[in-house]
Amino acid sequence: MAELAVTAPAPKMTLGRFWIAPPLLLLALLFLYPLGLIIRQSLGDGEVLSSAAFAEVLGSHEFRDGLRHTIVIAIGATAGCLLLGFVFSLVIAFVPFPGAKLASRLIDTFVALPTFLVTLAFTFIYGSAGLLNESLMRLMHTDLPPLDFLYSQWGVILAEATVYTPFVMRPLLASFSLIDQAQIEVASSLGARPWRIVRQIILPAALPALVAGGSLCLLLTVNEFGVVLFIGAKGVITLPLLIYGKAIQEFDYTTACVIAVVNIVLSLGLYSLYRVAIAHLGAGRAGVV
Amino acid sequence: MLVWSKTGRFAVWAVAVPLFLVIYGLPVAVIALASISGQWNDILPSHLTLAHYANAFRSDSFTNLKSSIWTGIIASAAALVSGTWAALALRELKPLPKRLLDLFFFIPSAVPSVSVGLGMLVAFSHRPLLLNGTWLIVLIAHFVLISAFTYGNVTAGLSRLPNDCEQIAESLGARPFYKLRRVTLPLLMPYLVAAFSLSFAMSMGELGATVMVYPPGWVTLPVNIFALSDRGAIFDAATLTMILGAATLIVLLALSRLSTKAMLR
Repeated sequence: MAELAVTAPAPKMTLGRFWIAPPLLLLALLFLYPLGLIIRQSLGDGEVLSSAAFAEVLGSHEFRDGLRHTIVIAIGATAGCLLLGFVFSLVIAFVPFPGAKLASRLIDTFVALPTFLVTLAFTFIYGSAGLLNESLMRLMHTDLPPLDFLYSQWGVILAEATVYTPFVMRPLLASFSLIDQAQIEVASSLGARPWRIVRQIILPAALPALVAGGSLCLLLTVNEFGVVLFIGAKGVITLPLLIYGKAIQEFDYTTACVIAVVNIVLSLGLYSLYRVAIAHLGAGRAGVV
Repeated sequence: MLVWSKTGRFAVWAVAVPLFLVIYGLPVAVIALASISGQWNDILPSHLTLAHYANAFRSDSFTNLKSSIWTGIIASAAALVSGTWAALALRELKPLPKRLLDLFFFIPSAVPSVSVGLGMLVAFSHRPLLLNGTWLIVLIAHFVLISAFTYGNVTAGLSRLPNDCEQIAESLGARPFYKLRRVTLPLLMPYLVAAFSLSFAMSMGELGATVMVYPPGWVTLPVNIFALSDRGAIFDAATLTMILGAATLIVLLALSRLSTKAMLR
């Protein structure tokens, strides 16, 4: 080592490899250390490690319901985001209406707003005494609100799809801008109908962006907390909400930590999927991470 | 252009534009309307009032807004320093450790915010690191949650920098710190501003981790909005949401101006 140090040219223009230490130590202390303690606590309070808490929590109905809701909501909301994002991006990029640019800007700003804004607005629009139900009750002359989906899984899915569609649209619009317009013009001058052009030219080109955007949405919806908390439906408890309930309302840290470990493993799995998607499909850093 | 006929285009717009307005226009419009509603028992509110806004600026809510903005600014600034530092330092490493550490700096973005909050509670509730019940724990939670996004933005910016500027500075004999201060950081400025903006916006709307760790003296605006809407004070919640959105957008707008200026230079 000593010889190497003498013969190697002095790294005079570089920051040197040890400069990575301060931010690394900071993150290790503030992120890795708490994460390690969550895992430690999930294995029991005492000196001896045990998987008893795991067995108990994983076997409980409460946990299984939470896991099922989390997965169903994440898949449903992601499907919604992909569909809505694809349609909106298609219209904005290829059938632009006056004000389409403004619309895409508006969607971009939505990313900056808190997720619970949408949920709060939904109470006024789709709630039992909301705009839609009041109007329908007037029209149909009934006393009961005809639409009652907001406080169910569907309400959460609709709210999350609205909130996270921009995350699909950003990479999609970027990939659409790379498609050669001449290709579409040639295809349509040869008689291809719009649907065929979408299927054979646009969709294949957009696939990487769809996969990247979709897996990002899946990750974000699995971790979503604000929307579910604000809707406050008793029957719709997801894993993040379960963690909050156990830790803050019941002071049951061990159970909360077990659920957190499962939730983190699920998220990291989805995150790896996202990384693989953007690395192999070359969709770039899909807008956010 | 995908649809050539005029009727076809109008047909597409007739579906897409109303759908767009219902999904993205209506929620904002409804919150805005609710924030100035006196009473809303019918399809539309029966009378309008600015009382909720007057309340918001008179009561605790104003303190909450200040807590939120301070949390956003301090956590984003800390994340910016640490993220930029990490991104710059990682450039000097060999490919393998570089890829591994790159992944490590990204991972906090994949962890649910509630779990980050739980981690804070478990780790910092006893000595020697007793932070539970202080405002510092809120700042740390926000810092952890946004650090990956800041790091990602700065790394993306660094990869787009023209290589030759730094090399020319080096060949002219600029020392590392001088090169960093006078060449790299100024070139990176638009990306730094963008990174700060994104972190600030995320911090302003953060709820999951904050609701786990906040002390009574440092209630952020989202936490108060949740408390209000949970109590049924839904108009006040709407008003605070408008204020939160407006404050965030004003800061973002100011920062984007700064970024354009930096780009022009």
